[in-house]
Amino acid sequence: MIARCRAWMADKSPAWIFLAVVLSVWEAVVAKEWVASYLLPSPTQILQTTLEMWPEIYAATLSTANSIAWGLGWSAVSGVALALVFFAIPMVRRAVLPFCIFFQTVPIISIAPLLVIWFGFGQPTVRASAFIVSLFPILANTLTGLQETDPHLKELFRLYRPSPWQLVFKLQIPSAIPYILTGIKISAGLAVIGAIVGEFIAGGGLGSLIDAARTQQRVDLVFSGVVMSSALALLLVFIIELASRILLRGRPYLRKM
Amino acid sequence: MIESPSAPSIEVRALSKRFADDARAVIDDLSFSVPAQHSLCLLGPSGCGKTTLLRLLMGLEQPSGGEIRIHPELAQHMSYVFQEPRLVPWRTCLENVLLPLELTGRNDEASRANALDLLQQLGLQERLQHFPSELSGGMQMRVALARALVTRARIVLLDEPFAALDERTRFRMQDLLLALKSRLQLQYVFVTHSIAEAVYLGDRILLLDGSGRARDWREVDFPDRSQQLKLSPSFNALVQTYSQLFGEMEDSSAISNGGEVQR
Repeated sequence: MIARCRAWMADKSPAWIFLAVVLSVWEAVVAKEWVASYLLPSPTQILQTTLEMWPEIYAATLSTANSIAWGLGWSAVSGVALALVFFAIPMVRRAVLPFCIFFQTVPIISIAPLLVIWFGFGQPTVRASAFIVSLFPILANTLTGLQETDPHLKELFRLYRPSPWQLVFKLQIPSAIPYILTGIKISAGLAVIGAIVGEFIAGGGLGSLIDAARTQQRVDLVFSGVVMSSALALLLVFIIELASRILLRGRPYLRKM
Repeated sequence: MIESPSAPSIEVRALSKRFADDARAVIDDLSFSVPAQHSLCLLGPSGCGKTTLLRLLMGLEQPSGGEIRIHPELAQHMSYVFQEPRLVPWRTCLENVLLPLELTGRNDEASRANALDLLQQLGLQERLQHFPSELSGGMQMRVALARALVTRARIVLLDEPFAALDERTRFRMQDLLLALKSRLQLQYVFVTHSIAEAVYLGDRILLLDGSGRARDWREVDFPDRSQQLKLSPSFNALVQTYSQLFGEMEDSSAISNGGEVQR
């Protein structure tokens, strides 16, 4: 474990060094007052603000995380379920999928006001916003996974005359698992965007923290919010990775994850 | 010809098969029968229709004409081994072998015990929890063989199952198949393009050329099969005969892609 950690650190060391250089230059540029600190606060200043405002930032982060978890969770459940329906009934797929794709192209920022009208200010709108943006990648990936079952394995199963249910649960869903997980990972990033955008409009969480800080010209606080939301996205991807590893217990699926 | 007391286990009459997109018949007016307890080797260069014939026997393809009769007692007990092991990658060795039982709803205690027994006979008892990617090619093929036998198959159809294995493993697998044949009273139809393998494993050999008909069709009488047999004059004489037939077929250029058959 320690050896693996060390190997990882060694592997990523150029990135760490680059980060350190960027932060040092940034710090120096602000310290020399080449850039006004009310436009670009120094890294240490951002850190200081974050620590000072921690209770407030922490509460906002928790609220955003909660909305993301809701939105992404529902996307995962309904995305997989919808994909199964589309897969099982081709007529439904051909009727509905084009509109899903069209819906996907509508920018979330343009729907968000509508969501406020429907769900009111606060968390329900934020959750809906995170849900809407994160649904499609899971749906599309799951559908691809179900459709791309290895024809050789399908032929093997056919030897034993399986029922449609057996085919779905023993062959097609396991084949789709790597695709589903990839879809959830793509959607995780989108869910963060959806939640922050929702919060800009409906209030609450890091979104309104950033928005409020902007109106008060607190650029350092804006940066804190930005750092926290990307930390949230990273943490989310890490949790998904960990959960999928635990769930699959080292089972080798068709595609490398 | 050995006289068989009971009805033939497989009977093929005037069978033909052409694929829609190809005017040429892959199998054309082919007739033969396999007596009970006999194993058959389908020999021929690549592209001559051996695999198609095997798939027709299994019902994976529908004939364009003619008929295939499988003895009614055996028809429900047929299984198929593909050219590659074709194991389900997310299932362990044991789970792969149990798959046919799960799909046919026979996953009871007795069948499971039978599966474990089979895996033991095939020398896989240490590998039950391994995934296919953790097994060697020979082991994967043994798992595929166990999977084909776990449904208590009486006739096993094998499509060049050992072609991709190294020579020593291939010899071991051939002997294993012969041992299983006598132990489980199996019958098999074995597709190969190796002349020695066909002569070694088949009670009968059906030589297919590119025309879709059987070129040669004979009984092979070696009561004792062991690797020593391959050094005996009669074995070599038969291999010689088939080699000549193969040579003629290739000279007549009926087959465009029949490589890798000469020894």
